[in-house]
Amino acid sequence: MTQTGPFRLPRGGRLIDRAYQLPFRFDGRQMRGVAGDTLASALLANGQLMMGRSFKYHRPRGPIASGAEEPNALLGLGQGGRFEPNQRATTTPLVGGMATTSQNCWPSLNADIGAINNWMYRFFPAGFYYKTFMHPRPFWKHVFEPIIRRSAGLGKAPTEADPDKYEQAYAHVDVVVVGGGIAGLTAARDAGREGKSVWLVEQTPHFGGRTPTDHAEGQARVDALLAELRGMANVTLRRSTQATGLYDHGYLLVRESLADHDPNAGIPRQRLWRLRAGHVIVATGALERPLSFAGNDVPGVILASAVRDYIDNYGVAPGRRIVVVTNNDDAYRTALVALDAGLEVAVVIDARSTAEGALPAAVRARGVRVLTGCAVAGIKGGQAVEAVKICAHSGSGQVTETVDADCVAMSGGWSPVVHLWSHCGGKLNWSDAQSMFAPDPNRPPTGADGKAMASCVGAAAGDLLVSELTGAQAEAATMPVWVMPAHATRKMKFKMWLDFQNDVKVSDVELAAQEGYHSVEHTKRYTTLGMATDQGKVSNINGLAVLSNALNQPIPATGTTTFRPPYTPLTLGTIAGEARGEIFQPLRKTPMHGWHEAQGAFFEPVGHWRRPYCYPKGGESHGDAVAREIRAVRASVGTLDASTLGKIIVKGPDAGKFLDMMYTGMMSTLPVGKCRYGLICNENGFLIDDGVAARLSEDTWLVHTTTGGADRMHGHFEDWLQCEWWDWKVWTANVTEQWAQVAVVGPKARVLLERLGGQIDLSPEALPFMGWIEGEIAGIPARVYRISFSGELSFEVAVPANRGLELWEKLHEAGRDLNITPYGTEAMHVMRAEKGFIMIGDETDGTVIPQDLGMSWAISKKKTDYIGKRAQERSFMTDPGRWKLVGLESLDGRVLPDGVYAVDQGVNANGQRKVQGRVTSTYMSPTLDRPIAMGLVRQGPDRMGEVLEFPVAGQESYKARIVDPVFYDKEGSRANG
Amino acid sequence: MAEALAKISQVQDWGMIQIRADLARAGDAIAGAAGVALPEQGRITTDGSRSLGWMSPDELLLILPRAETAEALAALQDALATEHALALDVSDMRAVFRIQGARALDVLMKLCPTDLAAMPEDGLRRTRAAQVACGIWREPGGYVLIGFRSVTDYLRGILTGAAAPGTQLSPR
Amino acid sequence: MLTLTCPYCGVAAEETELQPGGEAHLKRFGPGSSDAEFEAYLFARKNPKGVHFERWRHAYGCGKWFMAARDTATLQVFGTYSAQTPHPTPEIVAAVQAVRPDWQPDWTPATAETPAESLNA
Ligand SMILES: [Zn+2]
Repeated sequence: MTQTGPFRLPRGGRLIDRAYQLPFRFDGRQMRGVAGDTLASALLANGQLMMGRSFKYHRPRGPIASGAEEPNALLGLGQGGRFEPNQRATTTPLVGGMATTSQNCWPSLNADIGAINNWMYRFFPAGFYYKTFMHPRPFWKHVFEPIIRRSAGLGKAPTEADPDKYEQAYAHVDVVVVGGGIAGLTAARDAGREGKSVWLVEQTPHFGGRTPTDHAEGQARVDALLAELRGMANVTLRRSTQATGLYDHGYLLVRESLADHDPNAGIPRQRLWRLRAGHVIVATGALERPLSFAGNDVPGVILASAVRDYIDNYGVAPGRRIVVVTNNDDAYRTALVALDAGLEVAVVIDARSTAEGALPAAVRARGVRVLTGCAVAGIKGGQAVEAVKICAHSGSGQVTETVDADCVAMSGGWSPVVHLWSHCGGKLNWSDAQSMFAPDPNRPPTGADGKAMASCVGAAAGDLLVSELTGAQAEAATMPVWVMPAHATRKMKFKMWLDFQNDVKVSDVELAAQEGYHSVEHTKRYTTLGMATDQGKVSNINGLAVLSNALNQPIPATGTTTFRPPYTPLTLGTIAGEARGEIFQPLRKTPMHGWHEAQGAFFEPVGHWRRPYCYPKGGESHGDAVAREIRAVRASVGTLDASTLGKIIVKGPDAGKFLDMMYTGMMSTLPVGKCRYGLICNENGFLIDDGVAARLSEDTWLVHTTTGGADRMHGHFEDWLQCEWWDWKVWTANVTEQWAQVAVVGPKARVLLERLGGQIDLSPEALPFMGWIEGEIAGIPARVYRISFSGELSFEVAVPANRGLELWEKLHEAGRDLNITPYGTEAMHVMRAEKGFIMIGDETDGTVIPQDLGMSWAISKKKTDYIGKRAQERSFMTDPGRWKLVGLESLDGRVLPDGVYAVDQGVNANGQRKVQGRVTSTYMSPTLDRPIAMGLVRQGPDRMGEVLEFPVAGQESYKARIVDPVFYDKEGSRANG
Repeated sequence: MAEALAKISQVQDWGMIQIRADLARAGDAIAGAAGVALPEQGRITTDGSRSLGWMSPDELLLILPRAETAEALAALQDALATEHALALDVSDMRAVFRIQGARALDVLMKLCPTDLAAMPEDGLRRTRAAQVACGIWREPGGYVLIGFRSVTDYLRGILTGAAAPGTQLSPR
Repeated sequence: MLTLTCPYCGVAAEETELQPGGEAHLKRFGPGSSDAEFEAYLFARKNPKGVHFERWRHAYGCGKWFMAARDTATLQVFGTYSAQTPHPTPEIVAAVQAVRPDWQPDWTPATAETPAESLNA
């Protein structure tokens, strides 16, 4: 025997290179494979047949397949941040030094305590969880749930961040062929010859599919196609590339493996292609179905095609004495491949009454016994096959003979892989002749042009032999065998697995049918059939056939469950793509961002912007920093980076008329050189944005929006201009980022700005409150708006963005002796609340109209129309009982919690305490040295002086008096400096 | 280690003027004042150091040396004085990157859901790069990508990431 | 994920470049309208399974709103057209009816048939 395991055959193995041996570990044991092995082939070569435990009963499990459909051989791969659970051993290329672990077993794979469930299978029928754990109720939380949580689940999720990189890419292709078997290669060649741009994607590292293994001269046929394809500049071939889903309008998701085999390559591990395909050719082949006989889940019972794959592709013997059990001719190929490899074929059990085709004849000619009309009655063996019990297929399982064997190659027929076809609406037909669902070419998935956006070729189209391309001779029909033997006893059905991973058996589906689950979708969810990580690739057809029989209806009447993407699981990393770490999201930064960072600002997200919340100094708490910033502003001068405020130019002969429609107030009458505060509502009447508009010239306004509102408001304007009043002459431009804007605020603001020098007159005469002026400050062209959101003397200075930092630094240099203080958004919020100014998003939540906020003064009475006006006339909006804005004064000096509700007398229909208002903004005011708050209270402004109660769980109720919302400088004299 | 797929560099000295007007009426006046021919739908015209890009049916973008911006803006405003039109200096609100090299297209294919290979030689395509808006056109040896100033760091991050060595899109 | 061609710039944009805007051709009701009219304008939407007219904005592109006629069940796109029209254009109606002969507009198209009628009269 070779060094790469006792079950490595002395010869053969199309896909392996014996010259390169690869050491790896499985559950701590050192093993060896060779280059080209999958993890499954390497484990089998080492005699490790058992690779996991099933989900519910913890039954021992070996691989039953050799490809993507594998439900059993799921392993944990890697360690630390690279640990990945539930990886299919059958599709994982072996990498030297790989560390792999079995799952779902404790303390070890061989002696798993959870297997006790196996002895209790009668007590775990379909719907067991639903039925059992309902009563008594407290038991669920304290007894059942903890036990189930501990034993449920397959692999464990990794606890560290994934160190690998992933990326995405887009491509637009005329024709994408999915599947690199002979049908796909041929379809790609044909499309390539037509001069179309063509991609061919193959999920495995090898082209050719089953043809080289299954058909004479198969490899030569594949090589000839590949040679021609490689000579076509318009054809792209990608291996290890899995098409996972087909979506609307030819959108095809494809995962390309780049460095799965080489984690240290320094390149992304996988790439997710987001293709736009003019047409998708589905050449995804077919999957072999298991047979439902008692004991079909014992390790060593393997799909016939997989048995010959392991022998032919990897030079690995899944067993030394093989029994083939089948309902079709194809499985005889396995007997021939096994014999060629020097393995023993004990017997072929064929459920059909005759087997006279070329393949059975060839097997008989090699001296192998073929038992027709027979079935498997049971498997002897627990962790591995020891013997096969044989019976007549037409009977109920009386054993006629027992044959020693260590491997059973089973074939229940084949099902075309129709997933991509079905993802976006392609329909299927049931073929009685072939016992399978195949695509109906007359009902394809359709694209934007209403025509077929996909077509199927080869085995995926139902042409299982693809004789035209493979040269295969005709084979006798597959006999439908859904339960083996035909009249198996109830006891046998308890041992017939349909879904191997989720432990769903024939008995479970029959029970579901008996209990009234007639819809296949309901049965799926009730029994969990097809809900495992393999999504029922090997179990679904068998399951719905059993359901059909139980319901006494033909299979097409039962139908299939919905095929949903992805075909195989996608790593979350590929879905995130490049969006990780620093570039997880676009972070918008102002021209002064670097300065704020250097000053140790604590940032808060406002939309995608990052704005300084406060600038803590030397160990200061955020609260202390905010208080210091506010006192400094109110005492002398501070600066706020207001660059994030939205700035939209509105220009044209109809600009005034247009703005009058956008704002609740009158903007057309604003004189040039002046500013006006305005409110913007949506057509529902609700307040959505606010800000100051300045009239720049006869036909031009500059509109300020909230930080988060710039793009939204620009879109809102354009919507009305483009779709409602398209004949109005108005241009808009979102120039938010063209300008850096600095609010210079405080009693010393004018003094400071005048120090910077420049050709601009900032005197109250030249620049009164709510005026603006253009000129130069410190040699920088600037526009200065005298507006105030803090109640203090305040100038908002806008300069070209590239010069924002220069202005900011000059201000701070010149203001050092004035204790100039940068302040953040929290200080801004507190100062505006001290003045009783509302904040969009605090006092508004999408259900608040300006009238609720005591802002009727900002609503024009003269205008016949504006967006939101009609809605504000609705009876609900004019109801005097609406919650309206008031100030709230805490009675005991505690700051009211944000968002708390004021209770009312009585309870509502649900037995809940009635409420009559809530807190919308609440702060400790450093200026007043006491808590302040605003809130919306039912008929609030009419209830001044009343005390409201705000209960908070675990605390003494808060009490607050309704007061005027303006807490500071009610006369507004400070804004004049 | 292999080389990056393309050289990513930021351009600092370009000026930009946004023009909105009825192009059928004012197109000739704009072309005259800008010194560049009016582009067709989806195209960009270039004359010496100036380019004029078609941004929408009523919007153009003039790209020129920054030092010439003020003068060109005045010329445009003058030429459009009798039109309902808007011309604005937007130089400061843009970030401009060059993607230069034989595999420049690979870099953009990782970020833009757009068939840039099919874009005409003189095409200008507005689209998105990962999560932000951008405009793209060709220049000798590669592409120009413009985006918004506030996301300059983000744009640099996604472009250099997409250009990482060894990540070419050709099949391996 | 849909692909729609923006009629303003000719670009075939995918859904991530577009912003959806709901049902097209709503008639605005403002002050003076009845409660019923205003309610219908704000809230009543057709939501058909089949032929539908929608607003989309080429947000990551030219910024223009446009209209799309498509089948909400099959996702077939019959055409995209200007937003500056109170009803789908005759070309769009023809494109829909070429595929869905039974489909009839639920508005009164301002047709070119008027001259023919006057001829008859
Ligand atoms: Zn467009």
